[in-house]
Amino acid sequence: MRRTARGIAVLAAATLALSVAACGGEDKASEEQPKADPAALTAELTWWDTSDPQNEGPAFKELIAKFNQTYPNVKINYQSVPFGEAQNKFKTAAQAKTGAPDILRAEVAWVPEFASLGYLYALDGSELLADESDFLATPLASNRYDGKTYGVPQVTDSLALMYNKELLGKAGVGEPPKTWAELKTASQTIKEKTGAEGVYLNPAGYFLLPFMYGEGGDLVDTEGKKIVVNSEQNAAGLKIAKDLVDSGAAAKPSANDAYGTMMTLFKEQKVAMIINGPWEVNNVKSAPDFGGVENLGVAPVPAGSARAGGPVGGHNYVIWSGMPQEKVDAAVAFVKFMSSAESQAFLSEKLGLLPTRSSAYQVDAVKNNAVVAAFQAVNEAAVGRPWIPEAGQFFGPLDQLATEVLIQNKDPKAALDAVAKKYKAEVVPGYGL
Amino acid sequence: MTTVTADPAPSSTPPGRSARPSRLRHSWDRHWYAWAMVLPVVIVLAVLIFYPLFRGIWLSFTNLTEANQVAEICTRSITGGEVCTENPNKWEFVGLDNYVRVLTGEVGEFWQWTGVTLIWTFACVACHFGLGLGLASMLNRPMRARGLYRVLLVLPWAVPAFVSAFAWKFIFNERFGLANALLSAIGIDPVSWFADRWTALFTAIVTNVWLGVPFMMVALLGGMQTIPGELYEAAEIDGASAWQRFRNITLPGLRPVSMTVILLGTIWTFNMFPIIFLVTEGQPAGQSEILVTGAYRAAFEGIRNYSLASTYGVLILSILLVFSVFYRRALRKQGEVW
Repeated sequence: MRRTARGIAVLAAATLALSVAACGGEDKASEEQPKADPAALTAELTWWDTSDPQNEGPAFKELIAKFNQTYPNVKINYQSVPFGEAQNKFKTAAQAKTGAPDILRAEVAWVPEFASLGYLYALDGSELLADESDFLATPLASNRYDGKTYGVPQVTDSLALMYNKELLGKAGVGEPPKTWAELKTASQTIKEKTGAEGVYLNPAGYFLLPFMYGEGGDLVDTEGKKIVVNSEQNAAGLKIAKDLVDSGAAAKPSANDAYGTMMTLFKEQKVAMIINGPWEVNNVKSAPDFGGVENLGVAPVPAGSARAGGPVGGHNYVIWSGMPQEKVDAAVAFVKFMSSAESQAFLSEKLGLLPTRSSAYQVDAVKNNAVVAAFQAVNEAAVGRPWIPEAGQFFGPLDQLATEVLIQNKDPKAALDAVAKKYKAEVVPGYGL
Repeated sequence: MTTVTADPAPSSTPPGRSARPSRLRHSWDRHWYAWAMVLPVVIVLAVLIFYPLFRGIWLSFTNLTEANQVAEICTRSITGGEVCTENPNKWEFVGLDNYVRVLTGEVGEFWQWTGVTLIWTFACVACHFGLGLGLASMLNRPMRARGLYRVLLVLPWAVPAFVSAFAWKFIFNERFGLANALLSAIGIDPVSWFADRWTALFTAIVTNVWLGVPFMMVALLGGMQTIPGELYEAAEIDGASAWQRFRNITLPGLRPVSMTVILLGTIWTFNMFPIIFLVTEGQPAGQSEILVTGAYRAAFEGIRNYSLASTYGVLILSILLVFSVFYRRALRKQGEVW
């Protein structure tokens, strides 16, 4: 009975919406006109950018200036929000229904979570998804939740082996290592011949995924609703990582601030190889002691016994559902501009970021960019992550595991079992072990 | 019917019954201004303390999270229109479930965090008080540039906690930090500070001691200056040594101040969030987490769990309440009233 009442209510709402749309037909027609003339579009939009304010921010600001050449009356209020804080900040504001940005650059794992909470506009049927097939399938998939699409991919990325060409050359390592075993010998050779460390592993969950994927493992099986993080494959993958550190082939990682340490050592040429993503290309390129982008080599992550693959990452543009309807046209125009093939090619050229449109890869500036070309191969081998609202919570326990295994010498299998238990208790209680 | 209303009924009630209301009314008539003056405080307490407190306690008996707090989730479409669906797992009352899950260790590491918190609190407060007392007695006598020393020693207190936290974190950086550089300079192997729970905790304690000593010093110095100088003079005439004067005059004279600052320091340190959160980040693998930072991570990472957060809040509050009660009782035995 209640359900039918609800159905009637929905129907009524739908007819109401339709009739409003019908009544507003005239308005629509007069609005079609301004769309041809972008100068007539007037709005003020807030955009939270979560990219690195020093390395990446300026390029985004340049893009906004370009956008304003065509849309002079759409004011973009650019706000740089630290990546680590943006998720919580956005949720707090969206829940309070005030203070959230109209447009957010959201990490791929955030989108299903925000969508499940009703914080985002569903973009189906809008101009933004008109040429949906141009987007690469994997990055676009991260925007889908419950049959609807809630975002437009901005950049995609994956982890790769980034190496210092000069150091590898000095050590006589001609080709970047293709397997973990090769990585180990190459690393030892580099250490002996150059005095620099061979490889630095960041002891964090996300950065251990290539080891697990390499043996054919995964975190959860979303179709079978099963937690598979404590599989034998994952344990085997972790053993490889642990052996790299224990044998001294990899530098001893620090438990705190490991990421910053890794980047500093790499930029100062004190470590020859790291596993990291395209978002650091600009940082490395501009480091005074590194020797420019010519010295930076990029290769797919080394393979395990099953495959070679890093996790798919990246960022999407999403629109906050609390944004008033009148701003929709302007927001759509802005996101459309920012995610267009030209804009993506511009970012790719400037920052070495990977476009999410296949047409952007046809632009010469992208096609001839060696770093992008190298990362493109990396991304083709990347493994999709489980796109469920809880996906962001998988990494807390995994980060702990990384420290336990790589620094505190804990047995990989026992550590994985503990992670599986935590997933069951705290993250996905509905899944089987 | 009309006679009933005309009847002077109120006067006919038996005297025993009217005693209470009339006493109340009497009190109201005489002391209404007192009630009126108390009222703002009652309202402020109700709004600022009792409502949040009781709401928190109530939430800890539910399974409210960010995902299940609303009855229906509405999705707006960019083309107009809004679809609302009923939330399939709306929040509900779950009784003591949260407490059972936390206390049995199914969720989080309650007992480990409690252990670390106790060690952390005890070590910090002991160092605060010991160093503060030492510095205060050194400064509590005439010397040159005393004002300058006092200002310098209060300085750590004036620096925002997060600034000093980051500074100390960098000092203990394993590769680039000052601490390891000094150790290497005198020929000791560099220490992986954050690879072991005890050394990680040590870095946080050092930071917090640096931050907390000024407060203790200032408070104790104030206390020392209230001790009458005649007592010292008399003791000196009696031939008491400096140590005897310190033990028998300074320490007892300081008791009202020291008892209060120790209680305050304990409660503050117990709940000292930023130092652990910023300096050790709970490393290694969450082993240097204290109750408040552990609860924060458990409740606010990913989809926020308000009920779990409240459960931790109530548990932390209970521990501190029990401590305060015992502390007060111990004080009362010694004849202190505050």
